[in-house]
Amino acid sequence: MAVDQLPDNEPISAASKDRGPLLPFILNPFGRFGIRLNNTLGAMAIFLARAFIQIFHWKQIPEIVNQVYFIGAKSASIVALVGFFTGMVLGLQLYYVMNKFGAVGFLGTAVSLSLIRELGPVLAAIMITARAGSAMTAEIGIQRISEQIDALTTMRIDPLGYLISPRIAAALISFPILTAFFDLIGILGGYLSGVILMGASAGSYLYRIDASVEWIDVKGGFIKSIVFAVLVITICCFQGYFTHMRRDSYGSKSVSLSTTSAVVLSCVMILVSDYVVTSFLL
Amino acid sequence: MEQQPLIEFRNVVKSFGERTILNGVNFKVYEGEVTTIIGLSGTGKSVTLKHIIGLLKPDAGEILYQGKPINRMTRQEWNAYIGRISYMFQNNALFDSMTVFENVALPLKRTTKLSRKEIEAKAMARIQQTELTEVTHKYPSEISGGMQKRAALARALVTDPQIVLFDEPTTGQDPIRKNAILGMIAEYKKKIGFTAILISHEIPDVFFISNRILALWDKKIVFEGTPDEMENFDHPFHDEILQSLENLQEDITGLYSSRHFKIRYQTELVRRGADESYAVLMFGFDNMDEVSESISHDAAQQTLRSLGNYIRKHFGAVGGFSTRQSINEFATILPFSDLDEARRILEKFTADFQEHGMRELSETFQKEIPQDQCFDFVISVGMAQGQPQVEIESVMEFARFDKKPIATFQCGTRR
Repeated sequence: MAVDQLPDNEPISAASKDRGPLLPFILNPFGRFGIRLNNTLGAMAIFLARAFIQIFHWKQIPEIVNQVYFIGAKSASIVALVGFFTGMVLGLQLYYVMNKFGAVGFLGTAVSLSLIRELGPVLAAIMITARAGSAMTAEIGIQRISEQIDALTTMRIDPLGYLISPRIAAALISFPILTAFFDLIGILGGYLSGVILMGASAGSYLYRIDASVEWIDVKGGFIKSIVFAVLVITICCFQGYFTHMRRDSYGSKSVSLSTTSAVVLSCVMILVSDYVVTSFLL
Repeated sequence: MEQQPLIEFRNVVKSFGERTILNGVNFKVYEGEVTTIIGLSGTGKSVTLKHIIGLLKPDAGEILYQGKPINRMTRQEWNAYIGRISYMFQNNALFDSMTVFENVALPLKRTTKLSRKEIEAKAMARIQQTELTEVTHKYPSEISGGMQKRAALARALVTDPQIVLFDEPTTGQDPIRKNAILGMIAEYKKKIGFTAILISHEIPDVFFISNRILALWDKKIVFEGTPDEMENFDHPFHDEILQSLENLQEDITGLYSSRHFKIRYQTELVRRGADESYAVLMFGFDNMDEVSESISHDAAQQTLRSLGNYIRKHFGAVGGFSTRQSINEFATILPFSDLDEARRILEKFTADFQEHGMRELSETFQKEIPQDQCFDFVISVGMAQGQPQVEIESVMEFARFDKKPIATFQCGTRR
């Protein structure tokens, strides 16, 4: 008898008897979640590996170029806009803080290192997720529910090679370039607010950037952007590709939920992996 | 020795969660034949097809290709097997971000080593055959449902497959297009020589092109045989499904379906005395394949429809009743006429058809035939006299032997 069907006068212990021992009852959901998580991560790893190995074929080149245009070129304007204002806010805030310690001369160092080491890769990845990642999930999800992916299988075209591989290649190309673009525009934004608006020295701003930014900082930013590229693309494509396997919804509703999940999960994973990668790099 | 089936299902079981869709399905598909699966919606017809191409895997049982279980094939064997099959999806599954041409060319582009020119030539040939030339560079969302169906058909046939699976290829088409698509399947089957497995509700039209019928009922195949054998199939499927699917009159010609035709002549002729006679006329559209090829499948179907309409109007007025006997043949029974009277009625019919029917057709063809294209077609008719105690099939056979041309169309001139 289910708990909600128990008569009012029946002792509560009878219900717990039906449930069985208390400890497994509490632990079971965690166990189930753990198994599901394990299976999903395994499936994602296989998904990524199978798609990755199919990148290296000349027939992929036109589609990779298309995807670089979609993920990279079309995201450039939004990345530039966000980069510019991030740099401007950094310029203002750091000018205010450093002015208190009489260290305005180090504004260039603070702005450039913050952007190159941390904010550039993270914010660029989040912006690409929002613009291109969500679109990718929705597109692949619709292709799944309208049987276009099944059609590829029946035509002897591996859907992973055709749909996912070019996107992975394009992300690996676009993420570092957009990150560099974000850093550059951000430094310009910081120059505008810190130097032109607030009156810090232009010479010391540029000199400090030149003196303090080392190759290892730039390399760290690029490593992060590549890690984010792999994570974002895998999550977004995986969510779209398996949208029909969702248990919580069907059809177009499942596409919208997959898109939401892809964006949220990607953003969370960008921040989590940022911490992990940073701790390895330092 | 029994012919080895090309594809065989052995006790295939498939469930989705708690719901069992196929429960011990057994059937055989033979090479070079058109096998049609019929059954109500949601009974697992598409699920059956998807098992053949590997989109679904059975929970139990085996699917064999030339005697070899497909689940035990090596990767190489599997690729070779899949390479021989093409699938036309029920909802077309066209890529909505690609034009019609790109959709049709995609399998060639990705799975062959053909040059760009060769791919273009092959894709365009299929596009022309399916009468989609005008929408070659349009996206699926910009064309009608019927055109999308034909684009899917063109894509399914572009690789010259050995086995083609058609999942309701005629759904959503008007009667002319419906029969044009079925005609196209029959024609390509002849030309390319593929084996077709078809899901269709278009009864009886689909019977004209099918060699074998499989009836899926209550999670099992309850009938496997020829369309003629289906007539005598004694099962609840026959009463509940076939009668609801089979229209009293055929869509394209407005004539009786063959089952209702049989019922009619049995009831008409059983009332007649043994010494009374009746006449049977057999009409043929002799070179329908050439017409389909020269102009279009639609034009061939329009010719059939025109002929069917004239037969119905003329012979119905004198108490006769008619049916479409095969893809290009009609049968008419004049229950109260002897051979002389039937001949007089036919003469009037011929005059009217030559005067009006052929003029209508000429006008249709003139719009569609290119200036330099030349083709002929012949409408012929044969007559025989029958008596109630004689088998109708043998009377029809006599009428077939007697066939003579009544109208011809030669290079744009009608006679």
